[in-house]
Amino acid sequence: MTNGHYGPYGGRFVPEALTAALDELDAAFRAAKEDPAFINELRALERDYTGRPNPLTYAKRFSEHCGGARVYLKREDLNHTGSHKINNVLGQALLTQRMGKKRMIAETGAGQHGVATATAAALFGLECTVYMGLEDTRRQALNVARMKLLGAEVIPVTAGSQTLKDAINEAMRDWVASVDETHYVLGTVTGPAPFPEMVRYFHSVIGIEAREQILAVEGRLPDAVVACVGGGSNAMGLFSGFMEDTQVILRGYEAGGDGVETGRHSARFSGGTPGVLHGARTYVMQDQWGQTAPSHSISAGMDYPGVGPEHAWLHDTGRASYEPVTDAEAMEAFAILSKTEGIIPAIESAHGLAGAMRIGKELGPDSVVIVNLSGRGDKDVATAARWFGIDLGATVSNELSPEMREGR
Amino acid sequence: MTRHVSEAFATAKAENRAALIGYLPAGFPNPEQSVKLINAMVASGVDIIEVGLPYSDPLMDGPVIQQAVDQALAAGTTTDVVLNIVKQVVDAGAIAVVMSYWNPIERFGVEEFAAGLEAAGGSGVIAPDLTPEEAGDWSVASDAHAIDRILMVAPSSTDARITAIVGVTSGFVYAASTMGVTGARTTVSSGAHELVARTRAVTSLPIAVGLGVSTGDQAAEIAAYADGVIVGSAFVRRVLDAASDEAAIEAVSDLAKELAAGVRR
Ligand SMILES: Cc1ncc(COP(=O)(O)O)c(C=O)c1O
Repeated sequence: MTNGHYGPYGGRFVPEALTAALDELDAAFRAAKEDPAFINELRALERDYTGRPNPLTYAKRFSEHCGGARVYLKREDLNHTGSHKINNVLGQALLTQRMGKKRMIAETGAGQHGVATATAAALFGLECTVYMGLEDTRRQALNVARMKLLGAEVIPVTAGSQTLKDAINEAMRDWVASVDETHYVLGTVTGPAPFPEMVRYFHSVIGIEAREQILAVEGRLPDAVVACVGGGSNAMGLFSGFMEDTQVILRGYEAGGDGVETGRHSARFSGGTPGVLHGARTYVMQDQWGQTAPSHSISAGMDYPGVGPEHAWLHDTGRASYEPVTDAEAMEAFAILSKTEGIIPAIESAHGLAGAMRIGKELGPDSVVIVNLSGRGDKDVATAARWFGIDLGATVSNELSPEMREGR
Repeated sequence: MTRHVSEAFATAKAENRAALIGYLPAGFPNPEQSVKLINAMVASGVDIIEVGLPYSDPLMDGPVIQQAVDQALAAGTTTDVVLNIVKQVVDAGAIAVVMSYWNPIERFGVEEFAAGLEAAGGSGVIAPDLTPEEAGDWSVASDAHAIDRILMVAPSSTDARITAIVGVTSGFVYAASTMGVTGARTTVSSGAHELVARTRAVTSLPIAVGLGVSTGDQAAEIAAYADGVIVGSAFVRRVLDAASDEAAIEAVSDLAKELAAGVRR
């Protein structure tokens, strides 16, 4: 990576008004990384607040659905606030303080990043505004309530497709006008430099822990590490720990929605082309004129027409590969993990779990696979209940659909 | 024959006034009407017309322009249509530049876009999200087709940054009056004056001020220290508020006359 570029990807495509703030952030990030006081503060928060290290759980019964491969779950779902998003937010909140800013803004899709940002704002005594597409405020209503309880202001975005991409537009507009006192806590490895590099850095703890943990239990490296890829932050955090271990397969799973062939999906690598979106060059779902195409996924956190620029480069160089997982495949994996391990995953994470089932079958019984369980599924209970035909008014077990009962 | 922005600035200077630059999205509210609106703006005193290329994610624009580009996109305004609109208004006598976010240009093909705009008689391009660091290919293509590269400076730009920006700019420098998105404001930030002075110190290019300007008084105030005054959302607002196509044409003409008088005060 040079100057915020990954091959032809990344860079900075932003209004000039934001250049000074990005330069300031870049300088603060680089200074902080080298400052033992900052690192100690971050490590202490990870330990005492987030609850790291989180376990690497061997999923014995789930593995039976994965061609017999031994599948391990990296338990980001056990972090405080319920997903990996807190790793990045605590780092950026510390930087916000160091830059002397008193307000944080964020975009959110699933609401997990918004909740994490609202949480850090409460912890550090900062003001917090979260932009969320109106469509997403409906499908993730629980997280909207959480953010409000934490003292954040939640602004529903009614422009465009009313999802994550529009929330990012609105957060950027806020930031241009408020940049003196406000830090924009971007929630994934997208956007203008230095965001992709910085967000990866704050999530690299996932891969560092996972590598140590797998060596401790298996005495060897895994054959593959897999993760869901929305913007790509949980995947980049896990991948980064194994980047130099070239024998380890890195595979990301994007949202295939109703199926890539239907056009209703968020599979940038299967259905997109290189372009510029939200400040960086990367793979983008767009039409022949460069207008952003609508994305679709059952999962709000995967429903985004762009992807982190480093993923674009890993894709082109072949170091990592990416496959789509449909809504139906993800929901099947969601049900199986719930029934076999007693762990209800976020629907985003369920895309990675479906991937583990697929790659486990490819690699065979003696293989070892780590899948990032990026978040827990509490926020998705209503969506899942609707999918499986569970009447939320009734609680008797025979209300469960056959798929749910059998864990199919 | 293409007329360049330099001609408009030279004329304004000879008349001891600032140039008036007016923005309207191509295809808003539909392609045919947008040509009529632009022609009316030019006939009523707009020296340079900034033809907006509608984009799905206009993150530097406020709600007024967002609404307009949504209408333009819904009316089928593709890049081809935009270039055709440029050709029509240039043929009618306008000096035209295109205002576009970067992705549609990159998708069209950087070389192809420069060639297409040259063929249409366009004079330059303003790409608000293209930074000098990313402008390498565009510099080559725009030079090859005599298209001016109009970059922006902002109140937050350091002096070193302004020097780097004007180094790759031609035609004129776009000075953003304020930290924020497009949209009319009741007062024009005092930061604009200082920004123009800092930019003037490192370039002999004309400097035009935009963002938030909507009235003849504001135009006059800026014309006292800048070479050009840029007005966008205020024109769009008039069209959005008009009861009919004819009323919209009259409304943008009235505003253009008010602003043209402002830059001559
Ligand atoms: C639990 C969880 N996993 C994954 C994602 C997708 O984001 P990323 O690809 O950046 O990890 C989200 C986003 O909201 C999420 O909440």
